[in-house]
Amino acid sequence: MPIKVLIPTPLRPYAGKQSMIEVNAKTVGEVLSNLVAQHPDLRRHLFSEDGKLRSFVNVYLNDEDIRYLTKDATSVKESDTVTIVPSVAGGIELADRASGLFE
Amino acid sequence: MALKMSRSLYDRLRRHGEKTYPHECCGVLLGEFDEAGEKVARNIVQCGSTRTDSPANRYHISPSDLVRIQREALLAGHDIVGFYHSHPDHPARWSATDLAEAHWTGCSYVITSVEEGRAALTNAYLLVGEEDGKHFDDEVYEVSAE
Repeated sequence: MPIKVLIPTPLRPYAGKQSMIEVNAKTVGEVLSNLVAQHPDLRRHLFSEDGKLRSFVNVYLNDEDIRYLTKDATSVKESDTVTIVPSVAGGIELADRASGLFE
Repeated sequence: MALKMSRSLYDRLRRHGEKTYPHECCGVLLGEFDEAGEKVARNIVQCGSTRTDSPANRYHISPSDLVRIQREALLAGHDIVGFYHSHPDHPARWSATDLAEAHWTGCSYVITSVEEGRAALTNAYLLVGEEDGKHFDDEVYEVSAE
């Protein structure tokens, strides 16, 4: 069954510039493996060399983080949407502030 | 111009940093990309940071918020074009942590220094390159009158 996968901006150059791709799958794991089968350049951006999702890559099934479901084994159905969202974070270096490096 | 935004959006993202001072604020820029990669920000979404353990020098936007924001943006015909955050009593320049934790290449990262509670300088940076060799380029931005 076709599952919608939302592709974030940074990954679109490796996914034919598409923001949404449909893949046939029964589980989240199949969604991701079929996605990279269609777009092989995505593999290195999604997975580390050991085949695991890179730490900053979050995968959601609808509104649920798959880490809190059954990860790759999570079942999907036709009305589902899988969203890939890289993390967004940052902050000041306290050491720089304390040292007065910046004026 | 690589990034355009209205005066009202510019003021809103800067005021957000004043409101959260002495903590870092954070949020999402929504808008459009053109064929050349230029961005027009049409709206911002103020976010709460999950880094309540270190709010004065760390921010983190919940992925679940990003999923919701992206979904709602797509329905409105918009896209995520960047992010903004503030640096309380610190320059409006990306830090090593900002770079290490940035993963949305092609998007703008807007940083405002907030000095003693008042927004000072706002700078924009474009994240370029792949994860292993990513870096920030200074990004020109234009604030329109409306």
